[in-house]
Amino acid sequence: MLGTLTLLLSCQLAGELTARLLHLPVPGPVLGMVLLFAGLLVRGGVPEPLQETAGGILRHLSLLFVPAGVGVMAHLNRLEAEALPIAAALLGSTLIGVALTAWVMSVLSRRGPDAETEAEGAEDAP
Amino acid sequence: MSPDFHEIWVYLSASPLAGLTLTLAAYQAGMWVFERFGRRPALNPVMIAVLLIAATLMVAGIDYRTYFDGAQFVHFLLGPATVALAVPLYRQFQQVRRSALALLVALLTGSAASALSAVAIAWALGASERTMLSLAPKSVTSPIAMGVSEQIGGLPSLTAVFVILTGIIAASFGTWVLNLVRVKDWRARGFGLGVAAHGIGTARALQVNEVAGAFAGLGMGLNGLVTAILLPVLYRLFFM
Repeated sequence: MLGTLTLLLSCQLAGELTARLLHLPVPGPVLGMVLLFAGLLVRGGVPEPLQETAGGILRHLSLLFVPAGVGVMAHLNRLEAEALPIAAALLGSTLIGVALTAWVMSVLSRRGPDAETEAEGAEDAP
Repeated sequence: MSPDFHEIWVYLSASPLAGLTLTLAAYQAGMWVFERFGRRPALNPVMIAVLLIAATLMVAGIDYRTYFDGAQFVHFLLGPATVALAVPLYRQFQQVRRSALALLVALLTGSAASALSAVAIAWALGASERTMLSLAPKSVTSPIAMGVSEQIGGLPSLTAVFVILTGIIAASFGTWVLNLVRVKDWRARGFGLGVAAHGIGTARALQVNEVAGAFAGLGMGLNGLVTAILLPVLYRLFFM
């Protein structure tokens, strides 16, 4: 637990430093993620303690959104003033994004080896 | 207010304890409501927790800054959590290598379409520049979205609100729109939800089908990466 937390923070720190030193337009933690991913590829597997700690943090990922989400308080005026463009943009772009991604993927992988995993009626599908 | 109570109040508002406790308690209340009423997408635990905390702060007359001074310890964990996304990414990477080309093309199309259509619709309806920049990264998981938002001149806390709303919209209307475009392949359905609606879309996909869930998790991780790299570059091309 302590070891893997140190590993995660070290990757984040290395990512932050790299982004700053090389003036990369990418958030430090994302570079940290790439770094850890590369490390796992080299190692060829996920060590048990890392699996546990990462699983523990990611299980409660949505809790970590809460403090920033309360920031809605600080933006009530903006949300009220621009309610229509914001609502239309969120609804439209999300539905376009889901549909287009899935459609492109299904067209390109139509003859894939997993064709038998197709949904039947798709009534209750995600 | 008695003098004793006043002293306690002064102590509590100066320490992070109250903000932290409030955050954890409100989140657990949100989880309880979500589980109790059949895990409906509309009863998102984050949304409930945010509303509870905002209401409490307003009633107690505490401003957001004071609350955040305490809650920033929870907020800080978004960094290590982002790094930890490498683990599920690695595990699924091994399984899905064979559909790599389809995944890559779908990812780039979906990622660009989500960001560009959000900005275009907001622009067409007269939104301010700040709002448009805050909308652009709203399809990726919030630690990444907030980092990108900050870099391109949006408001990270506003982006966090947009991220959560995006997830709830996809979880509520995803099935409908996927049936509308007649995509039946579980891999594609899951990937669409993960790319366009990050963790909340992934959670929804996992509820229905394991294959869809795995591809949604992959889509979420990959889109985080692509958005973090491409959006700041696009922003520099168009705005600077």
